[in-house]
Amino acid sequence: MDDLIVKTVTKLIIPFIQLYGIFVILHGHLSPGGGFAGGAIIGASFILLTLAFGIEYTKSILSAKVTERVEIGGVIWYIFIGLIGIAISGVFLGNRVAGFPMGTFGSVISGGMISLITIGIGLKVASTMISLFHHIIEED
Amino acid sequence: MSNLSTIIDNINYIGAFTLFIIGLYTVLTHSNLLKRVIGVNIMETAVFLFFVSIGYIRGANAPIINPEVGDTFFVNPLPSAMILTGIVVAVSITAYGLSLLIRLYKDYGTLELDEIIKKEEIANE
Amino acid sequence: MKNYLILITLTLLLIVLVSSLNEMPVMGDIASPAYNEVAEYYINNTQEDTNITNIISAIITDYRAFDTLGETTVLFTSITAVVSVLGFSIKDKKE
Repeated sequence: MDDLIVKTVTKLIIPFIQLYGIFVILHGHLSPGGGFAGGAIIGASFILLTLAFGIEYTKSILSAKVTERVEIGGVIWYIFIGLIGIAISGVFLGNRVAGFPMGTFGSVISGGMISLITIGIGLKVASTMISLFHHIIEED
Repeated sequence: MSNLSTIIDNINYIGAFTLFIIGLYTVLTHSNLLKRVIGVNIMETAVFLFFVSIGYIRGANAPIINPEVGDTFFVNPLPSAMILTGIVVAVSITAYGLSLLIRLYKDYGTLELDEIIKKEEIANE
Repeated sequence: MKNYLILITLTLLLIVLVSSLNEMPVMGDIASPAYNEVAEYYINNTQEDTNITNIISAIITDYRAFDTLGETTVLFTSITAVVSVLGFSIKDKKE
């Protein structure tokens, strides 16, 4: 793939795609979206980078080791938050009973553990999309 | 006349049924395995459309509470939340199927089911 | 010939599916059995239970968070399956 137009447009558009993905993840508890949608958007931005610049370039930015670590870390982060609930209140993934700060209704910081879990899901889904795509296309 | 209004009222259900039949036709008639994976994806989309349409309530809002308005007339949020699981499973199944297809293509050099069976028969003899 | 047979069978299946519409509640009906007390509980109690505005987000990450944990496990299993079928790339292991 050596197309000047594709490469230039990709360079221009990728920061906006990733910013939108981060917005969707961080506002997952206030507006439509959430961890799965935002993670898919961020993963799609890296897939676009792979399609335009080739797999070696993307791996020099985000190696397979990093995506695997983030992927495992997402699940462990999720379980860790659930275990906090067990330690404090005896309820797995407890939210209000476990004493997470609730914040004000309708603002970004609200809902206790929900935004933390959404960030974990977003990282997990994004890294899964990237590493699935890389594993599938890198075989000749 | 009542038949026509029934069709118009349930147009999402009819669309889901038609999509399901199109996907099933793709799976049954094509011998290219990649096209069969695409057919399975179309069938999954039909099931998602059907399930989400069950939760639709006429005239209701999207299930996001507006603190200033404070109305409580929302569509059913449960099917939308459950279909998220279905989408994740669909992505996983597609990825696994595609990886199996890559192995098949490496071993046989083709994705046509007829040719794969023919090569297998020749190898057995 | 085989394709025509499949087409006829699938047309019959489509007729059977569409004829089931007579027994189903009309789409968008408020009295549909799917809109029962479970959905009403989620709609009425999301604000005081979880203090967030998005009801679907409240369902998937609070009321049914254990279900979502299984969902992430499905994603993890899928990537494990893909890696076990395709194998690690040798190029990446050298780094």
